[in-house]
Amino acid sequence: MISHLASASSTAVAAGDIKLPSISYSALSPILVVFGVACLGVLLEGFLPSRLRPQVQPVVAVLGFAAALGCVVSLAGTHELTAANAVAIDGPALFIEGTLVLFGMVSVLMFAERKADPDGGALVADAASLPGQGTHRLAARNSQTEAYPLMVFAVAGMMLFAAADNLLVMFVALEILSLPLYLLSGLARRRRLLSQEAALKYFLLGAFSSAFFLYGIAMLYGYSGTVSLQGIAVSSGLLGKTDFFLYLGLGLLGIGLLFKIGAVPFHAWTPDVYQGAPTPVTAFMSAATKIAAFGALLRVLYVSFAPTQWDWRPVVWLFAILTMVVGAIVAITQRDVKRLLAYSTIAHSGFILVGVAAATQNGISSSIFYLLAYGFTSLGAFAVVMLVRSGDGEANDLGQWQGLARRSPLLAGTFAFLLFALAGIPLTSGFTGKFVVFSAAIGGNATFLVVVALVTSAIAAFFYVKIVVLMFFQEPRAEGPVVVRGSVLTYAAVGVGIAVTLMLGIYPQPVLDLAREAAQFGFVS
Amino acid sequence: MLSPYVPIVTMFCLATLFVGASVLFSSRHIGPRRFSRTKAEAYECGIEPTPQGPGTHRFPVKFYLTAMLFIIFDIETIFIYPWAVTFGFLGVFGLVEMVLFIATVFIAYAYVWRRGGLEWD
Repeated sequence: MISHLASASSTAVAAGDIKLPSISYSALSPILVVFGVACLGVLLEGFLPSRLRPQVQPVVAVLGFAAALGCVVSLAGTHELTAANAVAIDGPALFIEGTLVLFGMVSVLMFAERKADPDGGALVADAASLPGQGTHRLAARNSQTEAYPLMVFAVAGMMLFAAADNLLVMFVALEILSLPLYLLSGLARRRRLLSQEAALKYFLLGAFSSAFFLYGIAMLYGYSGTVSLQGIAVSSGLLGKTDFFLYLGLGLLGIGLLFKIGAVPFHAWTPDVYQGAPTPVTAFMSAATKIAAFGALLRVLYVSFAPTQWDWRPVVWLFAILTMVVGAIVAITQRDVKRLLAYSTIAHSGFILVGVAAATQNGISSSIFYLLAYGFTSLGAFAVVMLVRSGDGEANDLGQWQGLARRSPLLAGTFAFLLFALAGIPLTSGFTGKFVVFSAAIGGNATFLVVVALVTSAIAAFFYVKIVVLMFFQEPRAEGPVVVRGSVLTYAAVGVGIAVTLMLGIYPQPVLDLAREAAQFGFVS
Repeated sequence: MLSPYVPIVTMFCLATLFVGASVLFSSRHIGPRRFSRTKAEAYECGIEPTPQGPGTHRFPVKFYLTAMLFIIFDIETIFIYPWAVTFGFLGVFGLVEMVLFIATVFIAYAYVWRRGGLEWD
């Protein structure tokens, strides 16, 4: 490893020295398929007539994700380093890739919902024009079908992010996943200024955090002379080095990763962006970005920094406690349902960090299981938010949700079930997820952390139950929300969310086994 | 540990002091200050500045699109050139990778062309 890198880094490479990397296209096939589908989507945007695009694009995206899922399944059990050791296809990478593809499929259903809004989908074409302007009238009923290829590109970037075994590839993947998300955040049909503000904030803060990430890479390269994750692990075990740059690098890299995760104190963008972005995009971000970013964080900490785990574990403890406490407490005061779900996401990031802090194999398996379970619940909850509307837009103010059970007991019941899952009530996936994460943390001698997590779970349960009470035990307001009839797509998204939440609550064993088998980073030095 | 960098830091401090003393302090307190209308105007390569502010007409900024597209092809050239120089060593592998790269850029080009990104009006 070291010798290979040394030869690559020497400046005067003689002509014969160029060593061509071997690329295992089969191991990379899930990522390549998703990238290919995104490129196909771009071509369709260019060559299909505009009236066909809203019908064709979602189908192409879903079929592409299905093909990628097939590739992931056929690769099960692979442990392979490929592309000059830049990409690791191992258990966690494949588990996360498969989950991301499933999240992508469900999100496409929500992107394709065109019936809930009287004017068309949640994503508007020509989002920059103001309502009422000349160009606006023309584009008003169109939806932005570029959203599909953008979203597929984001998924491809996320898959690469979780599989990258080299900090530079990880950085490129971070940008591939981030840039489409910045754009997608600004495409909301309703409350456009809020949406554009969200996109700008996300872009500026995201660019800032990318800079931190890159600076961290520079520090780690300075320390170890390599950007390979295992190379860093090898050189951090050597004696006679000052560790200053190692920790500086980890700190800067960690800021970049924790920003994407939405951990306190790098969470400030989360509520604004989740509130402003179109709801399907918010749902997609809350599920998919989270698992990809946690995948990268786990890989960096468990592969590169395994030899120094006694140094970073207390720091992860601190971030976990901060994230749980701030997320749960600030959520209580929220009046907007999307902001509330955003703070709930932050609190859940804290719970997953508890699993990460375990630094054992159970830490990996419980975290990725939690991420899968949480993602489906979150997708379902945001799909419900899409259906509760008032006037032109979504009824996001919690006051408007008052007495929702009188208007639509089924939808209110569905939302209540998903909220119970987020709160971690038994017989839902939320309980199973919290149980495995907390037991992993106890196994990793982090009992104090688990005590804090249990207390914050109780605080968090309070605001979930508060919404349930609001929906079921209060009279609806006169100008209350309308539960619109969406198309079958949104119902399917809600249905998948409910089904997975219930299944993982009652019979989680198969998925737990899968996560346990997957929980081994290949090639840990 | 950081001792080789101490002279550099010293130089930075000296440079900062010099800039502060000469540009900010001396020119402000010693040099003459005469304002004119021309000096207060925005500088746009010596031509009449574009009218800005409320009440003035809007002006098109569509050249940004051309500039952005130019950069894509510029970058493509940057990658193709070293590849062409070392083509003999990279062989089929290099050819395949370069074809993939050019195909990707070409997809973007096809999109831009079909959606009217190359039309000025």
